[in-house]
Amino acid sequence: MGTPGNSIIGAAVSRIDGPAKVSGKAQYALDHPLDNVAYGVGVASTVGNARIASIDTSTAERMPGVLAILHHGNTEPLFRPAEQLEHSRAGEIRPPFEDDQVYYYGQFVALVVANTFEQAKDAASRVQIHYDVSKPAVLLSDAPPPQGPPRIHYSRGDADQAFESAPVKIDETYVIPVETHNPMEMHATIAAWDRDKLTLYATTQGVVNYQKVLSEVLGTPLENVNVISPFCGSGFGGKLFPWPQSMLAALAAKRVHRPVAVQVPRSLMFTTVGHRPLTQQRMRLGATEDGKLVAIQHDVVQPTSMVDVYVEGCTGVTTMLYDCANLTANQQLVRLNIGTPTPMRGPGIVPGLFPLESAMDELAIQLKMDPIELRLKNYAEQDESYSPPRPWSSKHLRECYQTGVERFGWSKRNPQVGSMRSGNEILGWGMASSTWHAGRGSATVRVRLNADGTARASCATQDIGTGTYTIFAQVVSQKTGIPLDKIQVVLGDSSLPNGPTSGGSTTTATVLPAIARATEAAINSVLDAATRTPGSPFFAQEGATAPKLAMANGRVHIADQPPASGVPFEQILTTRRIAALDGEARTSPDPADEHKVSSHSFGAQFMEVAWDPGIARLRVTRALTVIDAGSIINKKAGTNQILGAVVMGIGMAMLEETIYDPRNAKPLNNNFADYLVATNADVPELECVFVEYPDYHLNEYGARGIGEIGLAGVAPALINAIHHATGVRVRRLPFRVEDVLGAEKATVI
Amino acid sequence: MQTFRYSQARSVEGAVRSSGTFLAGGTTLVDLMKLDVLQPNAVVDINPLPLAQVEALPGGGLRIGAMVRNSDLANHATVREQYAVLSEALLSGASPQLRNMATTGGNLLQKTRCYYYRDTNYACNKRQPGSGCSAIDGYNRIHAVLGGSADCVATHPSDMAVAMMALEATVHTQGAQGQRAIALDQFYLVPGMTPDKENVLLPGELITHVTLPALAAGTRSHYLKLRDRAQYEFALASAAVVVRVSGRRIERVRIALGGVGTKPWRSAEAERALEGRDATTENFRRAADAAMADAKPLRYNGFKIELAKRALVRTLETTTQTA
Repeated sequence: MGTPGNSIIGAAVSRIDGPAKVSGKAQYALDHPLDNVAYGVGVASTVGNARIASIDTSTAERMPGVLAILHHGNTEPLFRPAEQLEHSRAGEIRPPFEDDQVYYYGQFVALVVANTFEQAKDAASRVQIHYDVSKPAVLLSDAPPPQGPPRIHYSRGDADQAFESAPVKIDETYVIPVETHNPMEMHATIAAWDRDKLTLYATTQGVVNYQKVLSEVLGTPLENVNVISPFCGSGFGGKLFPWPQSMLAALAAKRVHRPVAVQVPRSLMFTTVGHRPLTQQRMRLGATEDGKLVAIQHDVVQPTSMVDVYVEGCTGVTTMLYDCANLTANQQLVRLNIGTPTPMRGPGIVPGLFPLESAMDELAIQLKMDPIELRLKNYAEQDESYSPPRPWSSKHLRECYQTGVERFGWSKRNPQVGSMRSGNEILGWGMASSTWHAGRGSATVRVRLNADGTARASCATQDIGTGTYTIFAQVVSQKTGIPLDKIQVVLGDSSLPNGPTSGGSTTTATVLPAIARATEAAINSVLDAATRTPGSPFFAQEGATAPKLAMANGRVHIADQPPASGVPFEQILTTRRIAALDGEARTSPDPADEHKVSSHSFGAQFMEVAWDPGIARLRVTRALTVIDAGSIINKKAGTNQILGAVVMGIGMAMLEETIYDPRNAKPLNNNFADYLVATNADVPELECVFVEYPDYHLNEYGARGIGEIGLAGVAPALINAIHHATGVRVRRLPFRVEDVLGAEKATVI
Repeated sequence: MQTFRYSQARSVEGAVRSSGTFLAGGTTLVDLMKLDVLQPNAVVDINPLPLAQVEALPGGGLRIGAMVRNSDLANHATVREQYAVLSEALLSGASPQLRNMATTGGNLLQKTRCYYYRDTNYACNKRQPGSGCSAIDGYNRIHAVLGGSADCVATHPSDMAVAMMALEATVHTQGAQGQRAIALDQFYLVPGMTPDKENVLLPGELITHVTLPALAAGTRSHYLKLRDRAQYEFALASAAVVVRVSGRRIERVRIALGGVGTKPWRSAEAERALEGRDATTENFRRAADAAMADAKPLRYNGFKIELAKRALVRTLETTTQTA
């Protein structure tokens, strides 16, 4: 545990919620011990495009323990989310059971509620659904070509002309398949009504948004809905918004007058709770003979669902990463009979960087230029995506490249394909840039200093496994000098002061100023009480000048004297015979600041693969990530974020792909055995280096976010390394052994 | 999951008389019962049976009880020292948790990982004879290139059985008609027109143990498994080799392939191509070609032919290289 005071910011602090997690005391959504809970098990569609002709529940209804069977034919439709209250957002705009239409495989079409989970599951399997089936649109080629103006259009200069006349060109198309989030804890909700008040025990990245959406779809006043989510078994973006099972739990609980728990089984984690959509991306780069980019053209086609418009903004990163005068970007949508996509770690930028950083590697090879030299040649000194361009709030990407070059030993890289060996294996070295836009929102935090010498901080944000609990305690400790083990942090409850959704790597930058201001307010209350309380050593008689006080090491003291000269802060409270003093603060970004600069984190990722050509086996053997994300508040949690993201990137490049059956839109590999994520054996020792330059534009601590950037450049860096080893350019993820066997790769898109 | 009767067997004879589906480690049976793929009316738990011993046979060789767990067998000293191919195959399969449950007899009867077999909404001749095969025109990247028929191309998933094929194991059973010893090579059936019949076991017949013959001094063996990820995945292609070399000359070799066949695939063709010949990569390659000569690729699994050849060549190289 770090020491209190200033040094605790930036220290490697073990997470304060760690013991609860490793001892099993942490309560995840379904762990909440409610009495008399009934269980809801969904019946999901087994076709991708249909009208429900009939639902026969007669057998199921008579089965033991069955309390109710809900479906569109016997359930008053929920309201659609208004998406009005501060951009509240549901995963799907269409509430479950709205009508008799099936838009995708694995859509909830009924919910069986029973006394036990087993009874509900058993009965759910006996519900007979008859469909009028139509052919589903599953592949890109099944969908009518995109019509109308593109969903995203960006242009600067004259990219058509510049590309046409460029002496050196790359023009390739890259495909990333659907990826599924697959957090350990599946989506789950327990809904409990107490007359007209609803409590939802959930697993979510945003208790406040969850509360708003459920209030909207149920038509219930906001204050009647409370969402509790003290722990979240990861979200990766998939738990930003509430999904149908949350609404079904609320409906069912109302119907059976009991709390109802609904969990999304692993198979439906692939269908009804979002995914990263497939993207097909054409990337054109035009350059001069000496490697100066003169044109970039990025054209994306992306499927969305039949019911929602979800845009995976892939082109934004292309418009800002390199200096290039002529640039166009377009993104078109098509509609498929697949559930609604949703943000997945690094939405937009992660899929956008794969074609950009692959094409940059292809360009470097064509130019016979070192890939880093090419990137330096086109280094963006300002954010050119804006007109006029904006300066960066802080950018040290050059140092990331340099640090990476030194730590990885890049100067020893022989650019010749297949030229580097280690024993019988051929080594490939590849690199890519990474970036993530830094943002900050509004938050309200309450800090309480207690008469027993402890402190408590609370906020309606949540810790999704990233270390948010610990950051709260660190700031309170820094400001008060109270040690971490005497600081309680309470998050994950929508009735607490309004806090941010944990998304977009913005939570830390958002909450830090609010924690600081709230702690200061609480300290000021104590200092004020110290001068106004008879019996306090700092008591000032009416009319007398109160001494100027400060708080440090948990002690109230005269400002220009050492903390040891003062008294423990709790002595002031006990003398005054009060339980506690609170401070509360709401902080928001300064709107005047917003348009002056562009804030991004940056990084450089270096990967090594070892290829055994005799058996066509490729392994990732080294992975170095250098990150410029401003100040790091907790080195341990920060490093953990980056390394976890790199593991996910290894999965993205080498393993992950949700495979749909074009006949019925079923994700065939809808389980943990067949949907491949990296195991420990797939992951080499990972290294993460932070170049720490505080970015005070975002907050006084100089911290940007680090949740997503660690993933951003991994896939292209690995694919570039694979090319360096094998000479094979993989433009469709993930890498498969077919790529290096010269065989046809299964391409179901 | 369908309601079923559960009972525990007290003796081998009792188990055989019980007319239920045998439950050993449960890693296949329970999984498939949850998916409604298998719907036995009665489950007979054979865990109480005294079949969990690994014993040296008097004349050499090893007797492995049907209830010996995969992890125990893999780590058994004799298996590690004398039957390396078996230990390696076991340790390449599944995960430690599954290996701690899975048994020798159960693993021989492990069901395919075919996506369509495991989902009752699909036509599948193996699950429901006569309903059709959804894999042949489906996503068949993981399916078999050897031993398939127009009715079924499901891959046999076991690693252990591939090693046992190369070790020329014998399966010992107890049935209503008494005891049988079945050469493993004769144990499995290719699907033909009856993919639901996967082996020669009769109804109620129980695997009691497996025997491995003694290997001649100087015999080496190895198992190599190739797949998309490093652990916890079935083979795309694997090779088991048991070989004895004298000088450069291959005196005796037994070869089996996994991940490519509808059953654990012993290749007599590859063995014939090697015995009496020199251990050279050229000969290995020729043997690999012979092993895969009858392979019939489907739309998405053609790469397995080359991958299996490379697995075999490498395994032969590994087992014949002089230290």
